Amino acid sequence: MIRIAIFGFGAVGQGVAEILMQRERIERWIGRYEVVAVADSRGSLCSEDGISLKEAIEVKKRGSLPEGKSVMEIIESMDFDVAIEATPTNIETGEPGLSHIRACLNKGSHVITSNKGPLVVAYKELAELAKRKNVKLAFEATVGGAMPLIKLAKRDLAGNEIISIKGILNGTCNYILSRMEQERLSYQQILAEAKELKIVEANTSYDVEGIDSAAKLVILANAVMEMDATFNDVEIVGITSITPEAFEIAMEKGYTIRLIAEASRDGLRVSPRLLPLYHPLAVRGTLNAVLIQTDLAREVFVIGRGAGKIETASAIISDLVDIYGNDRTN
Amino acid sequence: MAIVSIVVELKDQPGQLLRVLEPISRLGGNILSIVHQRDKKTPLGRIPVEISLQIDEKKVDDLIKIIKSETIVRSYNEVRLITTTSIMLVGHIIHTDLGDTINSIDRTGFAEVVDMHISMPKLNEPSTAMVTISATGKEKLKEAIELLRDVCRRKGILMIEPLNEEPV
Repeated sequence: MIRIAIFGFGAVGQGVAEILMQRERIERWIGRYEVVAVADSRGSLCSEDGISLKEAIEVKKRGSLPEGKSVMEIIESMDFDVAIEATPTNIETGEPGLSHIRACLNKGSHVITSNKGPLVVAYKELAELAKRKNVKLAFEATVGGAMPLIKLAKRDLAGNEIISIKGILNGTCNYILSRMEQERLSYQQILAEAKELKIVEANTSYDVEGIDSAAKLVILANAVMEMDATFNDVEIVGITSITPEAFEIAMEKGYTIRLIAEASRDGLRVSPRLLPLYHPLAVRGTLNAVLIQTDLAREVFVIGRGAGKIETASAIISDLVDIYGNDRTN
Repeated sequence: MAIVSIVVELKDQPGQLLRVLEPISRLGGNILSIVHQRDKKTPLGRIPVEISLQIDEKKVDDLIKIIKSETIVRSYNEVRLITTTSIMLVGHIIHTDLGDTINSIDRTGFAEVVDMHISMPKLNEPSTAMVTISATGKEKLKEAIELLRDVCRRKGILMIEPLNEEPV
């Protein structure tokens, strides 16, 4: 019996809950499980025997979870095997996720997170702590949403040396740039459209200034390229000053423009780049795309959905199955 | 600097290559590669050897003259600029002294701006330009891009570089 705690009950936390409600689907992979706690910043629902996820989602829909134990109190007082940490990202302090993850690992629980902040701030510390406590710290959902990336690079490309990682790690920027390419409208006009369609997050600078991409790049560099990188090591240029004419002129030479995050021996960079129109990374819409260059397998491309409630939850579930599951293909 | 590729025909005897290499070295040339085409032996038993080198462009004619006096030169050609890339600049390109920006590349001697397409939609609005830079080699091109990057950073111009696909 696996006891699960969910910390953070926004879109991603609820997405995970929705998938976990499909017992038949999940038990086929990991066997019996119960969710013993769900908590957000204001309240929680807890029961050692398992809570009703349906009820939790309904309560949350009406406002916030009922007043109760805080996340830290749950970690201190309850038994659970794995914590799903999906609180909001703060890439400066890593909090509150960083404290949650530290405490969970210290008490010997596995942690699965979609929260970039703690990993950007303290990847090395957390990875070493998990190793020392002999538990797993899984974070497929932090980079590239539903796209397989972390486990792909660490496991499926095992034995390879990863020479570089280049890619589109922010769907909002890609939406804006690919719309500018197609419509030849100004950045401001497309941004307004993206806001209307609710593609853009509350704080747009986080996306368009390249901060989100840089945070993901730091995680990739540390986790799969074994660098010891921090956010300040990334040279960042956003997309806000790109003109509509830029696409016109680029097109004449057969190029388009995308915001590319790149990690290689030359360093870490997030910047708009010219890409041949037919380049596999020149994807459109909110898609993410990554090119991994290795010494043995050479080029591996991944294209997929980099965000979304269920898409991100899918990556969390894949980590859960990775920790507990029986590989059905064997 | 010029890059020159020379194919000479040498007797299959010791010391023949040295007669060609010595003048290259004397004129300050830098040898990039030497390929013996043993499988293409001439009817007279000579071996074609292709030598690529980097040398001051003013010395190319002298060099060929000297080598011709030493042995048979089958062919030679000067490849001045061999690698090219396009880079986009966005911002106040004109008002920040476009001439100076281009000169920063041209005066290197190993790279130059060979083409430029500029669009200026409105007065005082940022312009957009596509600049084509050629250089004498890959490393030199990289160096030229670094130089331009510094200039653009100083002038507040957004520089959009191509995603280079280095072969692994």
